[in-house]
Amino acid sequence: MSSESATLMAAIHENVASATARKQKRLWYQLTGEERLAWTLVLPWIIGFVAFQLGPMLASLALSLTEWRMFTPAEFIGLANYAEMISGDPLVLQAFKVTTIYSLTSVPLRIALGVLVAMLLNASIRGLAFIRTVYYLPATVSGVAVAMVWLLILNGDFGMLNRALGLIGIEGPYWLTDTRTVLASFVLMSLWSVGAGIIIYLAGLQGVPNELYEAADVDGAGDWVKFWRITLPMISPVLFFQFVIGMIDALQEFAGPFIMTQGGPGNASLFVMLYLFRQGFEFFQMGYASALAWVLFVYIMVLTLLIIRSSAVWVYYEGEVKGS
Amino acid sequence: MAVRSISESRSKSKAVKLTFVYLTLLVGMVIVILPFLWMVSTSLKTPAAVFKIPTVWIPNPIVWENYPNSMTVLPFVRYIMNTAQITLLAVIGATFSGSLAAFAFARLRWRGRNFMFVLVLATLMLPFQVIMIPQFILFRSLQWLDTYLPLVVPAFFGGSAFNIFLLRQYFMTISRELDDAAIIDGCTRFGVYWRIILPLSKAALMTVVIFIVQNRWQSFLVPLIYLFDQKKYTLALGLRLFQDQYTTDWELMMAAATVSMLPVLLVFYFGQRYFIQGVVFTGVKG
Repeated sequence: MSSESATLMAAIHENVASATARKQKRLWYQLTGEERLAWTLVLPWIIGFVAFQLGPMLASLALSLTEWRMFTPAEFIGLANYAEMISGDPLVLQAFKVTTIYSLTSVPLRIALGVLVAMLLNASIRGLAFIRTVYYLPATVSGVAVAMVWLLILNGDFGMLNRALGLIGIEGPYWLTDTRTVLASFVLMSLWSVGAGIIIYLAGLQGVPNELYEAADVDGAGDWVKFWRITLPMISPVLFFQFVIGMIDALQEFAGPFIMTQGGPGNASLFVMLYLFRQGFEFFQMGYASALAWVLFVYIMVLTLLIIRSSAVWVYYEGEVKGS
Repeated sequence: MAVRSISESRSKSKAVKLTFVYLTLLVGMVIVILPFLWMVSTSLKTPAAVFKIPTVWIPNPIVWENYPNSMTVLPFVRYIMNTAQITLLAVIGATFSGSLAAFAFARLRWRGRNFMFVLVLATLMLPFQVIMIPQFILFRSLQWLDTYLPLVVPAFFGGSAFNIFLLRQYFMTISRELDDAAIIDGCTRFGVYWRIILPLSKAALMTVVIFIVQNRWQSFLVPLIYLFDQKKYTLALGLRLFQDQYTTDWELMMAAATVSMLPVLLVFYFGQRYFIQGVVFTGVKG
């Protein structure tokens, strides 16, 4: 079970390998009926991929080399947009800083909290299904409604959070209008919907073979040692996959900041997606926004690659022999 | 004696541990549920009660009128109908085109299958923002702005790669002997898809439907880009407009938020068996 979340990765590896194995071009009339049917069935997806994904992607690369305000003709300006981002527009750096800090805080915390709850759920308790459902509920809702609810919770004067803090004698800050707490607010909000992770980690934990723990018991290992030496390594592929997916997701955060802070105060919550939206759909700087999108894309790819590279050190795959 | 005392102390420490586990889980559950309760509680308050300290959890009086009021300040019934229409079309399009592709990947033998499947999976990693602007330009030149076409048409062309992946994984678990038997009995390959694979995959299809409903019902960025006419607004855009115009009417806003969350929570509650299975099955949440 622990390998289930790595299914996707495994599928990619396996298919890349066999895809490169044989190559031979044949014409449509030479195909078998089965093959013709297959291509026909996949055709809608191919059309959609080319028209709505690949095409636009290439187009945005071309667009990023232009100055285009939608209502005037596009003008080729080479790499000027990219140069502007680096030297002329401090908001770009700010947006990347904000987004990175948020992602690198939120994602690991979500994983840690998710694993913690999953481990509690794994302690052969009663009412598992019910408890799991409750923890999952926040993960089902998203977007504007959630942002509105949290706007009320985080309100400095009468929000739920500050009321709770007031009970123990702490005067809470104005969470969303204070540059020091605004990002923490979004991290906190993201922790609420940790439920999806919990279910995945729970499946991972249930897949750890019991013999390992029994063997550790024989050796007199305590709970702490068992957690670090058995549990964590055994579910590390799951954690790894969730980390990658979580980062890709977090780096694209939009609805929350758009509704709750509009990037403020003083651009302290100016997420990249928010800035991108502003450039593209408020200032209609389509060229510049495309360049921004590409930088974010490359940034996500580089981060993902770094995580994958580092995984050799901290992710354990069964059947792999280390240090040989 | 010694043995007994060891086992006694063991079971005692086990009981202590279990108590700790239940307590921690209980506290966590309360924290998780509180925002929902707070939302519903606020939605039934008078404006004065919203700001009142100490906190009022059960409002007195209970202002049920907040619900009809919040739904009529803006044409929310229309927004709900609009959103339902878009969601329904997206569900039909994505399950149909997605399951066709998944069938080809899971059940048919063809050259190029592996390459195409990798391509499908690769698009999972493709962030929306890279294609957001050129897609907008494309749909603008097709005169699709301010229509539901940009929100619905892509669903009919395979939809999300995630759905294809999930369905393909599920189809793979169905015994191939069924296909062969059907074909010997004179069933066509498409018949295998329609008469055997689909009926056997109701659980997986349910999962996909729930994912799409959740996703589309609450989607914000895409409608925000493409819809301008307020009559065509989705629920999410309506909520946003509401929040913009009635910033301090918290009780009305929370009523609207509650109404908008309810269908999603209900769909999850009644379909959670499939849903949780789907999350575990793929290790990804759509």
